[in-house]
Amino acid sequence: MAKSLYIGPYGRWLPIAFGAMTVLGAFVLLEILLRVGVINRYIVPLPSEVLLSLPRIIVEEKVLARCRETAFEMLISSAAVIAIGVPIGVALYRYKALRNALEDWFAALAAAPIVLAFPLFLVMFGRSATTIIVMSVVSGVAPIILKTTEGLVATRPVLLNVGKSLKMTQSQMFWKILLPSALPLIFTGIRLGWTFVLISVVGTEFLINLGGLGQLINDLAERYDMPGTYAAIGFVILVSILFFISLERVEQWLGRRT
Amino acid sequence: MSSTITSWGDKNPARLRTTNLIRIGFAIVLLIGWEAISRSGIFLRDVVPSLGPIALAIFKLVQNPVFYANLQATAFEIAMALGIGSALGIACGIIIGSRPFLSAAFEPYIYYMAPTPRIIFFPVMIMWFGVGVASKIALGAMSCFFVVALATADGMRQIDRVLIRVGRSFRATSLQMAFKIYLPAMRIPVLNGIRLGFGTAVVTALLAETKLSNQGLGFMVMQTYSRFDMPSLYGLLIIIFIIAGLGNAVLGRFANTAHHS
Repeated sequence: MAKSLYIGPYGRWLPIAFGAMTVLGAFVLLEILLRVGVINRYIVPLPSEVLLSLPRIIVEEKVLARCRETAFEMLISSAAVIAIGVPIGVALYRYKALRNALEDWFAALAAAPIVLAFPLFLVMFGRSATTIIVMSVVSGVAPIILKTTEGLVATRPVLLNVGKSLKMTQSQMFWKILLPSALPLIFTGIRLGWTFVLISVVGTEFLINLGGLGQLINDLAERYDMPGTYAAIGFVILVSILFFISLERVEQWLGRRT
Repeated sequence: MSSTITSWGDKNPARLRTTNLIRIGFAIVLLIGWEAISRSGIFLRDVVPSLGPIALAIFKLVQNPVFYANLQATAFEIAMALGIGSALGIACGIIIGSRPFLSAAFEPYIYYMAPTPRIIFFPVMIMWFGVGVASKIALGAMSCFFVVALATADGMRQIDRVLIRVGRSFRATSLQMAFKIYLPAMRIPVLNGIRLGFGTAVVTALLAETKLSNQGLGFMVMQTYSRFDMPSLYGLLIIIFIIAGLGNAVLGRFANTAHHS
């Protein structure tokens, strides 16, 4: 994303300011349309009401504690998908016969809407955070496996030949050549995997009314607290953005080190 | 997900035999493992049913007209969501992808909204579009929109500038530019975006059906779950996964064909 930042005749900040002003303008327009009655206020709350509801839901609905709960489930699941997915991806790269046989199966797993199986996981693991974490791991692991293998396979032969000519050991070849070369695609896989994890964690919280921010949205919607519902959705978007910005930062940091 | 078809079309008989042997071996291990867990009592009785009842449930499901009525409802929702989301995504992607200023102004919003779980917008969609199919279509279209818009914008930036100059030198209109230059030149990223969009639209529409609906495969899953008919639940999920996989494979085949044409 950062690669596409525009540095043209208007500089870097003008388009960013233009984007922010447009979004702000859209909210002001919506406020006006709602106040003059063009849009029904029972269906869409006033943006100012949503803004004013923020302190209320932070204090009364314990949003920060819920954010922590959702973030905990996401962090455990995200770490687990990397810990499981990357080694399997490396194994598929190392053993070509295994790759030929199983890569299509992992592709099918990546395409399957695993999160729909939440009733099964509920029956197996009960109505608890364990269910959410296990399901999220199963949902998010396949893209990481596939992209890890794809990244390692795509390593340029000239780099491998350099390693061989320097008489590198297998371990050195992996850490010094294969892994740094595959890192961008591995991170693409992690981003995809984490997207599934996020859908699974927040989606399941929402659907089974358990845990953090997903449950809060469900609760507020059932109470017909529309400003609160919109504000809670805003919190989920915020957590999601922070989650992926932190991934980008880690990728940039690792990119500099390797 | 990028195409990973590695063994299809493999002409080497020895390699093909090894691949098939490994696949059969893994399938046997999985099935034996499943049956062993089913009989071990690790999980509560009926939670992991034996393979026989699951196979029987699949057989009964594919003969049940109710299943096809629900499949039709879900297929309609997903097709509409994919059509609307892709059309809006492509239009938006062309606009922001062709203008660096707009790209820098608005693409970060699309980029960071893309992975947000769309199901959380379901209460909002119910208020806007009601509890029927329209809210599921809207939610699916919303899921699809972001990935297609990002893929299209990225595809736009990769188009050979010569092609764009040729179009402009012929004084092509915006629509002509879109259909004669942009879309043919970036068909591969767009098709890959639609493929990803299909995946997210399927997940979102089915999840919305499990939450509040009176038709569709997601609704059927919840009905089966409420009856605690576990073999049917497993059977239904297996069929849904196969259908989703086939849909993904068909779109992948389109992308591959475009890549080689």
